[in-house]
Amino acid sequence: MERNQMHRQIANTRKLMFDQGYLDEQFIQLEELQDGSNPNFVEEVVTLYYRDSARFLSNLDQALEKRPLDFSKLDNLMHQFKGSSTSIGAKKVKTECTHFRNYCNARNAEGCKRTFQNVKKEYTTLRKKLEAYFQMSRQVGPVETAYASSVVVCTIRYDTIHSLHLNIIHSNLPLRRCAARSH
Amino acid sequence: MMPSSSGGSWKSSGAGDGGVPDQFPAGLRVLVVDDDPTCLMILEKMLRHCNYEVTKCNRAEVALSFLRENKNGFDVVISDVHMPDMDGFKLLEHIGLEMDLPVIMMSADDSKSVVMKGVTHGACDYLIKPVRIEALRNIWQHVVRKRKHEWKDFEPSASADEQKPPEEPDYSSSANEGHNWKSTKRRKDEEDEAEEKDDSSSLKKPRVVWSVELHQQFVAAVNQLGIDKAVPKKILELMNVPGLTRENVASHLQKYRLYLRRLSGSPLPGGMNAGFMGGPDAGYGSMSSLNGLDLQALAASGQLGQLQPQSLATLQAVALGRSNNSKSAIPVPVIDQRNIFSFENPKSRYSEVQSQHLNNSSNNSSKQINLLPGIPTNMEPKQFVSLQQSGQHSFGSMNHQVLIQMGGQSQTQSQNQVQSNTNAHHGLRQPVLSNDMLTRGGVVDVSTTVYNPVVSVSQASSLVDFSMNHKTDSSGSSYPLGGSLGIPNVRATSSALQGDGNLDTKVSGRRIVPSYDVFNDLNQNREWGLQAVGLTFDQSPHSIQVGLDASSPLLLQHNRSSVSEMGGQNRILASGKVIFSPEVEARTHHNGSNVGQQRNTYVKTESHTDGSFHNTLYSEQYGQDDLLAAIMKQQQQGVGQPENEFGFDGNALDDLPV
Repeated sequence: MERNQMHRQIANTRKLMFDQGYLDEQFIQLEELQDGSNPNFVEEVVTLYYRDSARFLSNLDQALEKRPLDFSKLDNLMHQFKGSSTSIGAKKVKTECTHFRNYCNARNAEGCKRTFQNVKKEYTTLRKKLEAYFQMSRQVGPVETAYASSVVVCTIRYDTIHSLHLNIIHSNLPLRRCAARSH
Repeated sequence: MMPSSSGGSWKSSGAGDGGVPDQFPAGLRVLVVDDDPTCLMILEKMLRHCNYEVTKCNRAEVALSFLRENKNGFDVVISDVHMPDMDGFKLLEHIGLEMDLPVIMMSADDSKSVVMKGVTHGACDYLIKPVRIEALRNIWQHVVRKRKHEWKDFEPSASADEQKPPEEPDYSSSANEGHNWKSTKRRKDEEDEAEEKDDSSSLKKPRVVWSVELHQQFVAAVNQLGIDKAVPKKILELMNVPGLTRENVASHLQKYRLYLRRLSGSPLPGGMNAGFMGGPDAGYGSMSSLNGLDLQALAASGQLGQLQPQSLATLQAVALGRSNNSKSAIPVPVIDQRNIFSFENPKSRYSEVQSQHLNNSSNNSSKQINLLPGIPTNMEPKQFVSLQQSGQHSFGSMNHQVLIQMGGQSQTQSQNQVQSNTNAHHGLRQPVLSNDMLTRGGVVDVSTTVYNPVVSVSQASSLVDFSMNHKTDSSGSSYPLGGSLGIPNVRATSSALQGDGNLDTKVSGRRIVPSYDVFNDLNQNREWGLQAVGLTFDQSPHSIQVGLDASSPLLLQHNRSSVSEMGGQNRILASGKVIFSPEVEARTHHNGSNVGQQRNTYVKTESHTDGSFHNTLYSEQYGQDDLLAAIMKQQQQGVGQPENEFGFDGNALDDLPV
C-alpha cells in the first residue's frame, strides 16, 4: 500500500539518520515527548533550533573574520551553539563543535576555521535530512508519525500484518489480537 | 506564566511537614531558566511529562522577579549556568539568599571546576546537558530534603527559644522574636491568605536569629579554633550560648565559610571584613533585621542589579535577624550592600556608619544595631560573596550598614548620631549615603530622619514574608520601601521585629519589599539588580528620601520632595509603586495604625504611573547618607510607635502620602 510504503520509507529515513550518526539518543528523547497534545513537538523543536542557532553561526562567522581571533569569544559562542545542538541530538554537529573548541583552546586559528566549515556542513546536511523526514511524516499525519516510528519497525519485519497493525493502533482497538499476530 | 502561588505548594494537600501529598511530586512548581530557547522548550516539555507545573524563563532577571513577586510560588528552580544577562551562579546565589529555594544548575559543561562551583555556590544538584527526562523526574527529592532540613533545624531552636525569657535584647530577644515572628507570621499567613506559608509554616520553625552579638561570638569562636579546625560542635561549646544548637552553628558556619571564600576572591574595601567579623558593638539585635532590609533597599537600588536582590535579601535577613537556617538567606545583607553600591566610598561609608553606630550607643533600647560591624544576623558569607561579585554593591552595603546601625537606636539617638556624623545635610550619614547613592545612580536622600529601625524591621518582615509577616509590623512604622521588589525574605525581618525594638528590623524588612518591587517594575528592562527603592522617611524635621535614579535600580524611591510629608516610613512606598499588596495588608495589625496605613499607602502607590514614579523616586542627588539617614529615621520612627523610645511619633506613618 501506498501508506505502508510511506511509513516504511519514513522509518527507513529515520533509521538511516541514526545509523549514519547524524542523530543520537537525544532525538529519541524528543520523540518520546511527542504525544497527542503536541503531535508536532519534534518538528517544532528542530525548527526552533535551526532558527535560533543561525545567529550563533553568523556570529561565529563574523568572529572568525576578525584579526586577531578572539578565542575565548569563539569558544563561548561555540559552547552555546554546541549546547543547543546537543539538545536536539545533532550528533555530528556536536562532534564538530567539540573539535572546534579543542582548536580554540589550543589557539589554533587554522584548525578553528577548518572545523567551523565542517560544523556548517554537518549542520546544513542534517537540516536537509530532517526537513525531508518531517515532510514525509506530515504527509502521513502527525500522530501517525510517532506510531510509524515504532510501528514501522515491526512493519519492516512483519510486512503482511503491517497494515493490520497500524489500523488497529489507530482505531484504538485492543492490541491483543494484533500482538498475537505480530509476535 | 507565573504559577499560582495561591495554589500552594504541592505540599498543601495536607501531608504536613513530614509526609507528602499523595499525588506528590505531581504539581511540583518548577521555574526553569535558560537562555537557549530550544533547551527551554525541551525542558518544559519534559517537566510537564513529569507532571510538574512549569514556568519557563529565558532571562535570569525575569526569573528573579518571578520569584520575588511570587514568594512561595515555586518549589524548585532549574537554571542554566551560562546565560548572557546574568551568570547562573549569581542567580543561584540570589535565589539562595532571598528565597532559599533549591536550585539545580545545568550545563553542557561537565568540567569538574564548573560542577564544583555549583556546589560551592549552594546548588542542590548539577545536571549535564543534554538533560534526560529521567534526571528531571527526581528533582523533587531536593525539595523534600530542603524542607526536612529546615524543619529539623527549627525544632531544636524553637524549643530553646521558647524557654528563653526575653530579657536580653540581643540574642535571646532576637531568638524570641524570631520565634514570635514565626508564630505571628504563621498566624498571619493563615489569616491573610491561604499562603503557601501555611503549609510551609508547619514545616518551618522559628529560626535562630543571628544577632550581631551572637555572630561576634561565633566569629570569635571560629577564630579561636582556627577556620580550618572550626567544627560546629566545638564552636558551639566555645560560644556557650544556651538554646543554640549544633545545627544552627553548622549552617551558619557553612554560610560564613562561603562568605570568606568570596571575600578572598574579591576583596572588599576595608571595613567590610571587619564588619562582618564583628564590628564594634554588638547590640545588634533587632536592628540587624532592619538594616538588612534597608540595605537591601539600598542594594536594590544599586546599579548592579545582579546582586542586588541578593543583597537586599541579605539585608532583610540581617534585619530580620533571621537565623541562618536554610530558610532564607539574607545573610550579611549589610556587607553586601556595600558592595553593591558604588565602591567609591564604601570604606568611608562603612566607617562612618560604624562610627555612627558607635556613637549611637546610647540607644534606649540598648540596641545598637551595629550592623556594620557585624552585620551579623544573617549575614551569610554567601551573600557577601555575591555582593562582592557584583562589585557594585558597595553602596548598597554601605547603606545597609548604616541603616542597620541606625535601626537599633532610638530615634533621637540615631538622629543625633546621624547629624553628628554627617554634615548638616542629613542627620544620618548623608554624605556617605548620598555619595554612594549618587554614584550608584540611585539617590538616597536620607534626610535627617534616621531610618527607623522599626520601620526597617517591619519592612524587613514584609520583605521576608512578602505575603505575610504582618505581625512583625508591630513597630508600626514600616518603612515602605517602594514596593517589595522582591525582597523575598521577609521572614527574617519579621522575626527581628518581635520583641522590643526589633520591630525595626521587621519593619524594614517589610518595607523594603514593597519599594523594591516598585522599582523593579519600573526597571524591568534593566538589569534586575537592585531596585531603586525610594526611601523617604519623613520623621519630623527630616525626611529621608532615597531617590533612585531610574537608570539604576535602586530601591529607594521617593525623592525628598515628594515625600516630605511622609511619616517617614511609608514614604517610600507612597511614591513608589507598591508592588506587593498582600504584605501591606498584612501589616495592619502591628502597631495598628501606622502599619496599616502604611500598607494602604503602599498599595495605593501602585497606581502611580511609572513616569511619576520615576520623577519622584529617582532623584539623583540623594546619596547614601540620605538613605542611611532615612533608614535610621525609619528605624527610629518605626520603633517609636509602641514604645516611643526613640522619641518617635508613633503616628508618623499615618501621614504618609499616598
